[in-house]
This record gives sequence, structure tokens and C-alpha cells, in this order.
Amino acid sequence: MVTLREVSVDELRHLVSERALTGETMLLNMGPQHPSTHGVLRLLLELDGEIVVNCIPDVGFLHTGVEKNMEAKTYQKAEVMTDRLDYLNPIGNNLVYCLAVEKLVGLDVPPRAQAIRVILAELTRIASHLLWLGTSSLDLAAMSTFLYTMREREMILDIFEMCSGQRMMTTYVRPGGLWRDVPVEFEAAVRRVLEVMPRRIDEYERLLTTNELFLDRTRGIGVITAEECVQWGISGPVARAAGLKYDLRKVRPYSGYEQYEFDVPTQSDGDVYSRYRVRVEEMRQSLRIIRQALDKLPYGPVRSNNRKFVPPPRSELGVSMEAVIHHFKLWTEGFMAPKESVYAAIESPRGELGVFLEGDGGPKPYRVHYVTPSFANLQIMPLLTRNHFIADVVGIIGSIDIVLGDCDR
Amino acid sequence: MGLEQKTAQMGVVTTTLEQMVNWARTRSMWPMLFGLACCAIEMMAAQASSYDLSRFGMELMRASPRQSDLMIVAGRVSRKMAPVLRLLYDQMPEPKWVIAMGDCASCGGIFNNYAIVQGVDEVVPVDVYVAGCPPRPEGLIHGILTLHDKVQKEKLTKWA
Repeated sequence: MVTLREVSVDELRHLVSERALTGETMLLNMGPQHPSTHGVLRLLLELDGEIVVNCIPDVGFLHTGVEKNMEAKTYQKAEVMTDRLDYLNPIGNNLVYCLAVEKLVGLDVPPRAQAIRVILAELTRIASHLLWLGTSSLDLAAMSTFLYTMREREMILDIFEMCSGQRMMTTYVRPGGLWRDVPVEFEAAVRRVLEVMPRRIDEYERLLTTNELFLDRTRGIGVITAEECVQWGISGPVARAAGLKYDLRKVRPYSGYEQYEFDVPTQSDGDVYSRYRVRVEEMRQSLRIIRQALDKLPYGPVRSNNRKFVPPPRSELGVSMEAVIHHFKLWTEGFMAPKESVYAAIESPRGELGVFLEGDGGPKPYRVHYVTPSFANLQIMPLLTRNHFIADVVGIIGSIDIVLGDCDR
Repeated sequence: MGLEQKTAQMGVVTTTLEQMVNWARTRSMWPMLFGLACCAIEMMAAQASSYDLSRFGMELMRASPRQSDLMIVAGRVSRKMAPVLRLLYDQMPEPKWVIAMGDCASCGGIFNNYAIVQGVDEVVPVDVYVAGCPPRPEGLIHGILTLHDKVQKEKLTKWA
């Protein structure tokens, strides 16, 4: 049996209000093993009856030391670690890391690779939002949505598997392009998603959007204003639901997002319901982007021709001595990056996902730092939950869509 | 004619108590609703429509360790989480089993560093290891069936 240390209220006095010390309010521990904290989040709740007075998130239960591990690997090999950060957005994690590496060493990316990156990143966004929709409505006791959204998610995971051989941790996006070209079945599979998804999204909306029970649990719950979002550094659907029209795909386009037509859905109420509406609409916009990208998908190489950074194709190895040398150098030593620091950011399903990358002239990064939306968005938990019922806390956690792997790293 | 009527006409079925109890245990093994990281998403996928764990009588994930028989350690266990995990294991009633799902839970996986416990077997006894990063839902189901086989072979003398 594990010996547990008693924690007295006195030790928590820097976190809780005066009323907790006298026993007027109750302290309640929620998590780290709780079905609706979406992972291993621990919340210390201070309660006045059923009303939440204060909510103190305790993170770090999934601290993985990814950033430190990446410093011990070459630039190509460190990428494998990035998938496991935000495990609902693996392609996005790869993409932002590769954008940072490409910026650091000045590497070009062929247009076909960029378009495929966009398609896969948007598919990931849909898959992530589908899982969010399923689990967060499950928290609000809408069981059937989960079964439907997971069904559609499998379609998208099949596409990832088709491209990369892995359902979730793809490491498909590589510095200078992609691992390999997409298979011939790719287009038909994506078209099938494009055909099926709009109907299915309507189906979810029929289940939830006007459902009285769902409305009661979500309207006017966990309200945040646009000003507060700016003050707390909130990004992504949470900020957009409060009326802040900020999307990095529009503000600072990357991977050719400027070529595609799409809207940035916003709402004005800033409550749980608005966040739901924003995410559902985002799925539709993602489908729009995928359709455009697929329609004008250019032909050509998917990897940069710069042999100093990108390994040569397999076919060259048997005929070119130079290719063998490059291949050997890249996979034993890696490539050298200049002693500079760069910052690259993308719009992940949860908000602004950034990478700060510093090289030291050698083949390994000196420092990799992920700026993650889950960590920033989790700060507002005390603000959102204050004066709400304890039952609404689960709905609010669901609505800000945190991934603890992303938050704790 | 249904299976029930057919077997009823067979008359008496003889078996041993050992086999019957083990059979009952494998047919309604309730896992604990306990996800840690990436593997938890695949565990959810295994529960959901496409893979449907309820075929094995396991659709009921219990959020409370007091009501569960099987702990699926789905994901990497950090040093901060390890005592919590052990506490949850201690709170589960006997008989109980543990599946280490994925490379991180089995051996630390790609995270050989200061933060991650190098295999959850340092903390709790593991019955079945499922390889993969993350394992496919089929992989998890195979692990579960392997565990069922193992339970089926358990001896009466070993029951707690």
C-alpha cells in the first residue's frame, strides 16, 4: 500500500481563500484519474456548497521531458518525439517543427508537398475536433455522439495509415517536404471523406445544436470576453468563440494557406455553446480547404532537391556515389544548422502552436521549446469556473479542449 | 432454434469449478476508465463503434477502481503519476489484472529520460504487454484476448 501524506489546509493557504482556512468552504480534489478531465489533469476545487469558489489546476502529471530529449538527437531524429506531444494533432506538431527547421537552415519545400501538408493538417484538425465533440458531449451525457464521431474519425485515420503506415504517430512531414509521395488511393479516400463528412456534421448538429438538454448545460456557462482572451493569451477556438477573429492561417499564412478561400468562424457569447458552434463550423471550413487543395494539387517532387539537408531517393543510391555519400552523412551525422534562433507557429486545433528552435552550429538543436495552446488555455480555468456549479466544471474543461500531452510536454 | 434450446437438449454439462469461474471472469472483465496519453485515444477507439470491445463483455469502463478488474495502463507514466497509479492499483479489489498498453508503459519506449518511468512494471505487476506506439485497437484486443487465455489457465489454488 502506498503511504499517503496528509495535506493540511495550512499548506495550501497560498492557493485558497480565507474562508477555506476556517472551514467555511470545502476543498475537493478532482483528478488526476477522472474520466472527464481529458487525461491526467488535477483540479483543486474550493466549493461553497455546490458552487465553485476557486479552481486551481495542477499540471505536470504527464511531463515527458520531450524538449530535453530532443536536444540529444539530430534534427531529423528529434522529429519523432514531436508526434507524441499533442497526440490529437500529430501532423500539426510535425509541421510546426519542420517549418522551424526549414526556417533555421533556409530549406525550400516543393508546392506539392505544401499542398499535401495542408490537406493532412486539415484532416487532423477534423479528426481532433471529432474526438473533442465525442468526448465533450459524452461528459454532458450525450453518449451516441461519441459512437458516431469515432466512426468518422476512423476514416481519417485510415488515410493517415495509407500515407505513412501509422494511424496516429505518422512523422510523415519531414524537413524539406514529406517522407514519400501519397499513394494512388489517397485522392479517392479524401474525396470520400469530403463527400460523407458534410452530411455527418449535419447529423451531429441535429443531435446537439438545438437539443434542450445540451443547451441548458452549455449556454451561459464558462463565459469569457474577447478582452480577457487577449489579456490571458488565449488563442484558437476559445478566443474565436469570444469574438476574437484571430487565426494564424489568415494572419501569418504558412504552407500556402493564403491560396485557399475559407472563413474564420466566430461567435460572440464566449460560452461553452459558442465554442461548440465554432468548432463544428471549423470542421466545415476545413473540408472547404481540403477540397480546394485537392482540386489543384500540383504534380512534382515532394521533397526538396537540396541534398545537404534532405536524403536522396532510394533509386539514386545504386547509381550515384554522391548520393551514397549524402545518405551516409545525413543518417550518421545529420546536417549542421547555424547558430541562430527561430520561431515558427501554426494554428493547431487548439490554438497557436509555436516552436522556438535554437541551433548551435552542430547537428543537434541547442534548445527546442514548444509554445502550446493547451497550457495557455488552461490558465483561464479559475476564471471560467468561478460561481458555476461543480457539474459544469466538466463541461468547461471539455469546452477548452486541452490535451495534457500538449500542456505538460 | 437458438443456442439455448440446443444446449438445453444436451442435458447436463459437466465442468470443473475452476474452469467455470475462470470462464465467468473472462466474460465480464471490466476495465478501469483510466487513460494517460496517446494510447488512451486508441483505447477509446477500441471501445467505439469500429472495434467494439463489448463483443468481449468489456464495454463497461468503470471510472472507479473499486469496481474494476482490469487496469489498462494506456500511455507513458511520469514520475509524478507513478504513485497515483500505484494507489489506484491498490484500490482495485482482487482478482485484478494489468495490461501495459504501448511501448512507453511496457519499457519507457522512446522516452528514455528523467521524467518517465521505464516500464510500468516498476510500479505494478503486469500480466500482458502490448507493443506498439501506439498499438492499433486490434493490438489491444489481441492483448486482451491473450489475458483472457491466461486467466482461463489460472489454478484454483492461486485464487486469492
